[in-house]
Amino acid sequence: MKLTKTLLATTALTVAAGTAVTAQDMANSMTIVSWGGAYQDSQDKAYVQPYLAANSGVTATWDESSAEAVAKLRAMNEAGNVTWDLVDVVASDAMRLCDEGLALELDHDEVLAAAPDGTSASDDFGDLIVSDCFVPQIVYSTTFGYRTDMVPEGVEPPSTVCDVFDLAKYPGKRSLQKRPIDNMEWALYCDGVAKDEIYDVLGTDEGVDRALAKLGTIKDQVVWWSAGAETPQLLADGEVFIGSTYNGRLFSAIAEQNQPIAMMWDMQSFDLDGWIVPAGLPADRLARVMDFLKFATDTQRLADQAAYISYGPARASSAPLVGKHADLGIDMAPHMPTDPANAGNVHIYDYEWWADNRDDLDAKFQSWLAQ
Amino acid sequence: MSDTTQTGPMLAADGTPLKRSLRRALRAQKMRALALIAPLLIFVLLTFIAPIVDMLFRSVENQIVGNTLPMTVEELRDWDAADTPDEQVFRALFFDLFLAAEAKEHTKLGSRLNYEESGISSLFRTSGRDVADIGEVFQDALEEIDPAFEEAQVWAEMMSGGAGAEANTRLLSNQIGRLEQLESSAFNGDIGFVPGAEISEILPNTARAYAAFAGFTYFVDGDVVAEEEPWEAVYAALAVDLEDPATATALASYSGPSADMLRAAAAAELPPIDMKAAMIDSNKDWARPNFWETIQTYSPPYTTGYFLNAVDMEKTPNGIALRSEDERIYGILFKRTMFMSLMITFSCVALGYPIAWLLANLPSRTSNLLMILVLLPFWTSLLVRTSAWKVMLQQQGVINDVLVWLGLVADESRLVMINNQFGTIVAMTHILLPFMILPMYSVMQTIPQTYLRAAKSLGATNWTAFWRVYFPQSVPGIGAGSILVFILAIGYYITPEIVGGTTGTFISNRIAYHISSSLNWGLAAALGTILLAVVLILYWAYDKIVGIDNVKLG
Repeated sequence: MKLTKTLLATTALTVAAGTAVTAQDMANSMTIVSWGGAYQDSQDKAYVQPYLAANSGVTATWDESSAEAVAKLRAMNEAGNVTWDLVDVVASDAMRLCDEGLALELDHDEVLAAAPDGTSASDDFGDLIVSDCFVPQIVYSTTFGYRTDMVPEGVEPPSTVCDVFDLAKYPGKRSLQKRPIDNMEWALYCDGVAKDEIYDVLGTDEGVDRALAKLGTIKDQVVWWSAGAETPQLLADGEVFIGSTYNGRLFSAIAEQNQPIAMMWDMQSFDLDGWIVPAGLPADRLARVMDFLKFATDTQRLADQAAYISYGPARASSAPLVGKHADLGIDMAPHMPTDPANAGNVHIYDYEWWADNRDDLDAKFQSWLAQ
Repeated sequence: MSDTTQTGPMLAADGTPLKRSLRRALRAQKMRALALIAPLLIFVLLTFIAPIVDMLFRSVENQIVGNTLPMTVEELRDWDAADTPDEQVFRALFFDLFLAAEAKEHTKLGSRLNYEESGISSLFRTSGRDVADIGEVFQDALEEIDPAFEEAQVWAEMMSGGAGAEANTRLLSNQIGRLEQLESSAFNGDIGFVPGAEISEILPNTARAYAAFAGFTYFVDGDVVAEEEPWEAVYAALAVDLEDPATATALASYSGPSADMLRAAAAAELPPIDMKAAMIDSNKDWARPNFWETIQTYSPPYTTGYFLNAVDMEKTPNGIALRSEDERIYGILFKRTMFMSLMITFSCVALGYPIAWLLANLPSRTSNLLMILVLLPFWTSLLVRTSAWKVMLQQQGVINDVLVWLGLVADESRLVMINNQFGTIVAMTHILLPFMILPMYSVMQTIPQTYLRAAKSLGATNWTAFWRVYFPQSVPGIGAGSILVFILAIGYYITPEIVGGTTGTFISNRIAYHISSSLNWGLAAALGTILLAVVLILYWAYDKIVGIDNVKLG
């Protein structure tokens, strides 16, 4: 225990200082955990393959377990055998892992590369560093897509999130995620609550009832999804008229599969995805993963990733470098959730508030769903 | 009898009593048998029994509160829950929280207690960040009085009471024991520091805080105690000790190292100690009695809290009560899981019985083909089969399209057959059907066809022959298949998740949620334990009513 902790501390320091660490001190393999699918491919192409090309003899193994990362890391930690080196998780999971002591706390300015103009990493990432353990990679959003051919005749296409709640104007089924987060906020917003008061209202019992009552007006018409691929499938089959999902999923349905679907960005809910390093790694593996992390989250690499998937890079300095889609050759900037044209009215989801209230609201939400 | 001449016990050939010799021979045989099954036994114990016991244990285990906040729990024991606790409790909380924050264990406790009361998670997270600032006030004040308070070496010497002083090893081992509980690991070895007996008598809080610091510095940080400046909490503890006028009196006659420095500190004006105000200033929620109530309620090392949650109840100041209506969910889910598993079992019997009969009675060439048809879906991926049902059943799906094309259903009123109980029952019946057919088939195969012919030749109608002669003999197959299907169905997770919508999900979906998403493993364990108990009770009831001897798996 003591020895490993000492080793950990000293290696972290030497890695941070960027001195005296030679390739011999680093492990030759990494296990990287991510979500699979198009997102993992974008990571692989943008920085894992370039890193492996630059460091011959190093191998990387993917594990597509990010959806259960928190539970699995806890189990590994209890068993005393952490087999993962770097884990891709959403911000709220990173906070939880940090709280549980399962993720390593990092000094962002020391372990990450500065922007090309010398801006420190913590300034470059800015507010997106929502936890000491978290290195953000991308900004994604949960937003709506609708079937263009199912818009009733003579009616404008939906343009605000409140159109989702308007069954008279836009009849048809909707798909929403089977969890309270985002749905409760949208419901209150459309029930007339000002955007900056949403969490104050949601913090009261009446506010919760109010949000559920608003959701209740469309409950019969909602298909509840739990996997991100469901809404694109439901939209493609014409099962629903409008549905929420991650913007990258909608981008591939629209741009890559040419489905008759359009984006509705109003009140899109921003969220973050990024890396955490599991706590308790042996020194050589930690040294390797820190070396990789510094490379994989620099300005150019994050901008490169945007050529493969429509998620916004988390560094401010990466935004101007975003180019065209690698295969389709279309400009990626207009498809980013952070593009000014799309980000006119956004919903910023409050991590701290949900960390506190998630269990309580989830119980109420699930009980409401089951009735 | 004839052995009236022989009174002693019957003897074996070698002269030992026959009983003992027999026992020895049997024991050897038993050991040999045990050795033969040992690999299996150990395997089952390690991979099956041990995890179940561990799970049962998690549903009541609650040592984290007492391990993280031992002094606070002690102080709270007599708190009457009427108003915010007094300064004494807040001081205990400050020192507990400081150590927990150093060990990064405070947020774990926060997430644990947040399951019971929303908001505690951020309370511990924010206050864990602030405790160092609260203590720093006293550090600055003491260092102003004498800059030597900054010296790590001076502190180590002062607290050890100087060379040759009588040592207080009990205090040290207490604090190390506390660290062991906090960090859940064993610490052994000489940390190179022992608190002095006299100084720990005069400055009890300081000695305790310093001993904790020393143990942590050596075991967790891996540093040398005498080279590290003490934590802010140690300075705060000294301020607490010096607040008591008796300390100054005791110090007057003290002659250990740095006695003058301590006397100067005792004589000087230190900032007032108001931990209650400081903690509430850090997070106003510390003033809320219901947060303290939660800490008090969950301070014992074992709790029924998880089980109460699992049956929609909760602990309140007035005892145990049902949760408010809008938070009840597990009762509904347990009932639904039972009901739907029974429905699935009955549909499997209804659909499976004729197929099993055909399998057993058709000529072997046709029955082999039929068998392949039964087994083919069995070898297909579960997810593929479930997703296929989605394509079949959805409103724009195959079945609805056919019905609309036939004109049986209007295009606007397509049937809703998925994302509800119907969808779950259909998909799960399909998936579990082979588990029903196979045991039934193996039982039916053993029923001679001549019985039916004999019944008929004696004048029975087709129905009577089947119902009075054939059916009773096939009951063991139905029993085995039903138990298999029911027990599999009750714990099913992925199919209800995909096709169940909101009304067709099972209790196992909530268990999965608590294991992988909310991380409330205690509640998941309690729900799992209840599910296990229900299955065992049903099994017992089945044994009483039908008799387990009537079950035949092949």
